[in-house]
Amino acid sequence: MHQLETLYRQIIMDHYKNPRNKGLLEDDSYIKEHIKNPSCGDDITIQTRIENGRVKDVRHDGSGCSICCSSASVLSTLVKGKSVEEANTYTKNYLNMIMKQPFDETIDLEDALAYQGVTKFPARVKCASIAWKAFEATLKKASE
Amino acid sequence: MMQGRKKDFPILNKQPLVYLDTAASSLTPNAVINKLNEYYKDYPVNVHRGVYKLSYQATEAYHAARQTIADFINASFDEVIFTRGASSALNLVALSYGEQYINAGDEIIVSELEHHSHILPWQQIAKRKNAKLVYIPLSKEGRITVEAFQSVLSNRTKVVALTYVSNVMGYITPIKEIIEIAHQKGAVVSVDAAQAAPHMQLDVKALNCDFLAFSAHKMFGPTGVGILYGKSALLQAMPPVEYGGDMNDNVDLYDGDWKDAPYKFEAGTPPIAEAIGFAEAVRYIQSVGFDAIIKHEQGLRKQAIEGLEAIDGITVYNKEAETGIINFNLDGVHPHDVVSFFDEDHIALRAGHHCAQLLIKWLKVPATLRASFYIYNDASDIETFIDSAKRARSFFSEIGF
Repeated sequence: MHQLETLYRQIIMDHYKNPRNKGLLEDDSYIKEHIKNPSCGDDITIQTRIENGRVKDVRHDGSGCSICCSSASVLSTLVKGKSVEEANTYTKNYLNMIMKQPFDETIDLEDALAYQGVTKFPARVKCASIAWKAFEATLKKASE
Repeated sequence: MMQGRKKDFPILNKQPLVYLDTAASSLTPNAVINKLNEYYKDYPVNVHRGVYKLSYQATEAYHAARQTIADFINASFDEVIFTRGASSALNLVALSYGEQYINAGDEIIVSELEHHSHILPWQQIAKRKNAKLVYIPLSKEGRITVEAFQSVLSNRTKVVALTYVSNVMGYITPIKEIIEIAHQKGAVVSVDAAQAAPHMQLDVKALNCDFLAFSAHKMFGPTGVGILYGKSALLQAMPPVEYGGDMNDNVDLYDGDWKDAPYKFEAGTPPIAEAIGFAEAVRYIQSVGFDAIIKHEQGLRKQAIEGLEAIDGITVYNKEAETGIINFNLDGVHPHDVVSFFDEDHIALRAGHHCAQLLIKWLKVPATLRASFYIYNDASDIETFIDSAKRARSFFSEIGF
């Protein structure tokens, strides 16, 4: 069986076909970050709303391959409700995991764990990271 | 005819690989790899500078390489400038010729088929000079036609910058006719031949082009080297764009002057090994012959198109292309998802914008897949490719795309 099949059959297709928290809002209380990969056309915008040190809401929109778009949806479900500090930790952990760097396996990345399979497709790591990097940037903007 | 060519390419004998990405970079044959090694083993020193025997040997080999490439396109020795590649060659035209001769209100004709390296340099010149970038309207099929070119040509046209063969659609531009008409208006024509030089005989005198550029790495040669051909009189009148060692003549405290072309455009130590390897790549092409190359690629292309057309849910955007490039998509599946499937089957092809965003926008798709062929591909490669495309189509349909 293709390794691709294992990867796609899990969480990815579900979030790709039925994305959660999709669509941007016209609301200034959200911090926005747009990231584009000009070589393949992946194009993602993340909106984050922070209230009292917690991630109150995450929205996403854009276009790209299934790994890119689904990872934005998975991200939004995972970090919503977490404290900013936790959200940062989850993000770093996720990015380390897909980039084959040491990461804390005791942190439950839930659906996002499926993207560990991306390590078998080094050329796709970028696809899986764009949404998370955009989210990370919104947190950084909020702290400034 | 091409049977046995695979053995010339070490990577094809090392691992399972169906390589369908020649339009990005071709594979390198043993002859070229050995030639690069020969330089580093036998005369690994600088050119033009040393007065000792080894340096003379390197200089002779570097000169011979320029002559080989000049002969290959029917140019003179002095009309061939070594550059980092086609991109850098096309930039040189804009930065030197464009900077010197383009004025406010002038028009520069380009097309949406251009590679970014033939749009962006002229876009920047147009912005700096207050000149106007004018696009040739493409035909329904996505081609540049002589008629459409004439419709945008004007008395203000100073430069025409067009591709000879589209790197996405594989169409051949009627460049000879366009050059003739452009010259009647006094415009100069810059030709991007990066996708032409590997696959068809070029004759700069017959074309009567003013500038023409191509890269070694798309035609069996090493990376990091290409050439700009320019008509001698034009090159002599153009200013250098880079200054440094070897390009200068006399140097004084507050001014200097330059050698004649091509040397005034080659500041610093040139890509010596690469130029020598480039010439070897040209000899390799000549040993195969363009008639055989064209016939072989056409055969593979036909086989691949028929195979893809037999699969439901695949769109081919350039069915009528004259060269070995197929631009396609699995309907409803992002090309990046598909390319990973092919990769699992050891098939290498390109997914994305192909450095030609204007055309991808023209096609109104997010991105496409591109398969391109060369002499190391054979009928069994195409069978593997079509079989994989079939299984990819069922896989993506089945999991819900």
